[in-house]
Amino acid sequence: MNMLRPPLIFAASLAAAVIFAGCNRPASAPGAGGDAIKIGEFASLTGSEATFGQSSHKGTQLAIDELNARGGLLGKKIQLLTEDNQSQAGQSATVVRKLISSDGVVAILGEVASSRSLEAAPICQENKIPMISPSSTNPKVTATGDYIFRVCFIDPFQGTVMANFARQTLKLQNIAVLTDVKSDYSLGLAKFFKAGFVAGGGRLAVEQNYSGGDKDFNAQLTSIKAANPDGIFVPGYYTEVGLIVLQAKQLGLNVPIFGGDGWESSSLVPIGGAALEGDYFSTHFSPEDASPAVQNFVRQYRQKFNEAPDAMAALGYDSAMMLADAINKTGSTDAAKVRAALAAEKGFPGVTGNITMDADRNASKPAVILTITNGAFKYVETVSP
Amino acid sequence: MNELLQQLINGLALGSILALIALGYTMVYGILRFINFAHGDIFMLGAFAGFYLAPRIATVLPLPSVAGALAVLVISMAVCATLGVLIERLAYRPLRKRPKLTVLITAIGVSLFLEYTGQFVFGAAPKKFPEILPGFAVMHLGHLSFNSNQIVVISVTLLLLLALRFIVLKTRIGMAMRAVSFNPEAAALMGVNPDVIISFTFALGSALAAAAGILWAINYPSIDPLMGILPGLKAFVAAVLGGIGNLPGAALGGIIIGVTETLVSGYLSSTYRDAIAFAILILILLVKPSGLLGKKEVEKV
Amino acid sequence: MNFRYAKTVLLGTIALGFLASLFASRINPYWLFIFYDIGISIVMAVSLNLINGYTGQFSLGHAGFMAVGAYTSAVITNQFGELNVFAANAIFAVALLAGGLAAALAGLLVGIPTLRLRGDYLAIVTLGFGEIIRVILQNLDRVGAARGLSVVHGWTNLFWTFGLGAVTVYVVASLVNSTYGRGFIAVHDDEVAAGAMGINPTKYKVTAFVVGAFFAGIAGGLYAHAKQFLTPGGFGFMQSITFVVMVILGGMGNTVGVILAAILLTLLPEGLRMLAGIDHLPGLAAERPLGWIGDTRMIIYSLLLIGLMLTRPQGLFAFRQQRK
Repeated sequence: MNMLRPPLIFAASLAAAVIFAGCNRPASAPGAGGDAIKIGEFASLTGSEATFGQSSHKGTQLAIDELNARGGLLGKKIQLLTEDNQSQAGQSATVVRKLISSDGVVAILGEVASSRSLEAAPICQENKIPMISPSSTNPKVTATGDYIFRVCFIDPFQGTVMANFARQTLKLQNIAVLTDVKSDYSLGLAKFFKAGFVAGGGRLAVEQNYSGGDKDFNAQLTSIKAANPDGIFVPGYYTEVGLIVLQAKQLGLNVPIFGGDGWESSSLVPIGGAALEGDYFSTHFSPEDASPAVQNFVRQYRQKFNEAPDAMAALGYDSAMMLADAINKTGSTDAAKVRAALAAEKGFPGVTGNITMDADRNASKPAVILTITNGAFKYVETVSP
Repeated sequence: MNELLQQLINGLALGSILALIALGYTMVYGILRFINFAHGDIFMLGAFAGFYLAPRIATVLPLPSVAGALAVLVISMAVCATLGVLIERLAYRPLRKRPKLTVLITAIGVSLFLEYTGQFVFGAAPKKFPEILPGFAVMHLGHLSFNSNQIVVISVTLLLLLALRFIVLKTRIGMAMRAVSFNPEAAALMGVNPDVIISFTFALGSALAAAAGILWAINYPSIDPLMGILPGLKAFVAAVLGGIGNLPGAALGGIIIGVTETLVSGYLSSTYRDAIAFAILILILLVKPSGLLGKKEVEKV
Repeated sequence: MNFRYAKTVLLGTIALGFLASLFASRINPYWLFIFYDIGISIVMAVSLNLINGYTGQFSLGHAGFMAVGAYTSAVITNQFGELNVFAANAIFAVALLAGGLAAALAGLLVGIPTLRLRGDYLAIVTLGFGEIIRVILQNLDRVGAARGLSVVHGWTNLFWTFGLGAVTVYVVASLVNSTYGRGFIAVHDDEVAAGAMGINPTKYKVTAFVVGAFFAGIAGGLYAHAKQFLTPGGFGFMQSITFVVMVILGGMGNTVGVILAAILLTLLPEGLRMLAGIDHLPGLAAERPLGWIGDTRMIIYSLLLIGLMLTRPQGLFAFRQQRK
């Protein structure tokens, strides 16, 4: 029994310390007290999806810095509290509870992946804290409750846009679909694309899958080549798309390849190179857009981070800007009022288009289709919902 | 038929890289009897060493060129060999007399450290690996297309395997390695310094991992700090499949895993690829419990 | 663990857990859910300790069993709408049990190959089983595939987590300390000698896998109803490694040590998060002087892991001679 004493004492003191820390609830009214407005953000800053989380976070940070440089909100500075969920399941719930219960934030911004947004959304809903997801496209995210919003479009819209584009503009008949089975985003987009394409009179030549993180797609592409399609839809992320396109061209698959907003990144073209020429993807904005909002964003972002912003950065930026707009309109940080103002957003001039909240709190806004010419993204057309 | 041949070529290219990584696992296991979890991350560091070295080498030698590519390969191998020795010295050697599972935890710690530090220092976004080999060519043979990179990967792997075989079987240090692997105490009594041999083994294994990293990056020119996790895991599986501790077994295991994966994704289901690959592995191990070429260990009572 | 007091400790912990759950609404939810994480980690680590620590089998697929339990229990409770407290807890108990049994069945499947395999070969097979479970879940559309599964009810509370934590510790401890259970340690120490003494190593190994998997399944059920969202990716190979680290850091086959390691490793990342969030330090003018910890939190975590293992290789909390 003697031997047990040191660990038991240690455990008891640990437990006591934790309970003591645990009872330390924030005394002031959430966020409004003190000299700053606290906004919480959760993102995958490390781990397997860090590249998406970091982009989104940079966009958000840029928006907050810009707002603070203009004098903040309601005469107060904004404090952005960012917590990392290491791209791991289960962590988002923990950090969002921390942001709400321990830090007392007025609103939550995040995440890129729908699975992690879905972990956080019920918590925000239960605590009646508005949450804006920058780029989770699964329809279920905002269906959680009336405090959950998003600034991106959802899978059914984007899938249909690309299906119509493939069918009507590219005049494709017989296409292959290459889906990332590890990614809910890829699965959702593929599902609605296939439905739209078949409804439009097209045919699916073959369906192949990969897992996010793969580097070798020769096996899948060889099978696709054997099915002889006239186009390939790849609803994946740029982390894999560059290599997929490269390997397709090496195997002699000279058909147009196209995808969704997961393609947009400054690291796509360096990896895919010339193989990407003439391919298409749908996204939220065109860097060529002459509107002052877009031009200002692209310039500021380049200045601060020394790279071109991608779709996730633009959406992160818009999520923060739209929240600030709602708080400004409300004139307070009262959660219910901010929620109402967010739900009433109409034609908010974001970088990613004019955002109007629909009845399901999804952003209704046009999609842009871009093509890759001479290693640069070029505007093709705009599709309104 | 053409498609099948094409898939076999694809699988062989993938498998030979896995074989190079698997050799590192198996060599360390043969001598120290523990799984070096950080080995996949050395592979990643090899690719990043090449990424940062290439622009510097380009000031001396023309790039892309064969000579330049060789320089990148050799210097990256040297960098990783040094790192491998350093890691063994700092994180594994102090625990040599401890149960092997203890060392496993420090190896996991080292692996996490390299990955998170990689994300912090290099950034998490994938980077384009520069072209270090001249004129990428696709050769068509009937309906088959070989690309020159696949041929380079397969032939460099073959050369490195022969070199390794020479070192282990024909040199004095190779003989010492085999002696330590067979019985460390007896080898020490015969005047072999186990510390030197273990350092040399780590250097050799890490150099091979670096070579695999460069070959991988030539073939799949998108590199990121977590790129070592999946190939590392698969190479580990390959090493066990071939019979861990057995060098030809590791090479064979790598090729089998590469070809199986390619055929499964090409013909059966890429959705269930990993599951089917593991199911095949489990079946093989049930029939041959010490791997394909492994020797059944004598039970000591 | 001194066995004489085991029953008292068991009942005491359950009673404390029950009392604490009555005051749960007064605890900061962030910390409350970290307590749940700790309880779940304890169940996972202690049950893995039966396989890895006491019986000496090297399993790398414990998160796979957890996944089976999590999904099974979630599918069951998702059939029900809003219920009163008693019905909810009754159904939760049934769902947890079902999750545990489903995982035990998976454990039996994995246990059978142990007839022939040992050491690293066994490790690879368990790793393979864990990955196969993950891939199957990733393709099962009925449970959401990669899109994930929302769990309707957040029924996990302090009573269930710490009550079941205590039950796990009690069962594992009494199993190992019974006359029957000495066989586990015998198998760990020397399988051949154990066989010669009339102990059937296969039976013990399979039992260890089944019992260990059962509790991992229960932990999965607790996890599902705490996080309320499941994705196959959350039960991968790295997750299994986390529990292996707890077992080894705690000192294999040392239940108290493993419990403390589970607590420590769950709190460590959150503790670093807290340090990074400190607004001011006395004597320093800078705002958020430890903010750099936020960026390098996981690097520090990995270095601490290496450091702990190098300084206390016998297990962090081993205060007695390890069984050899």
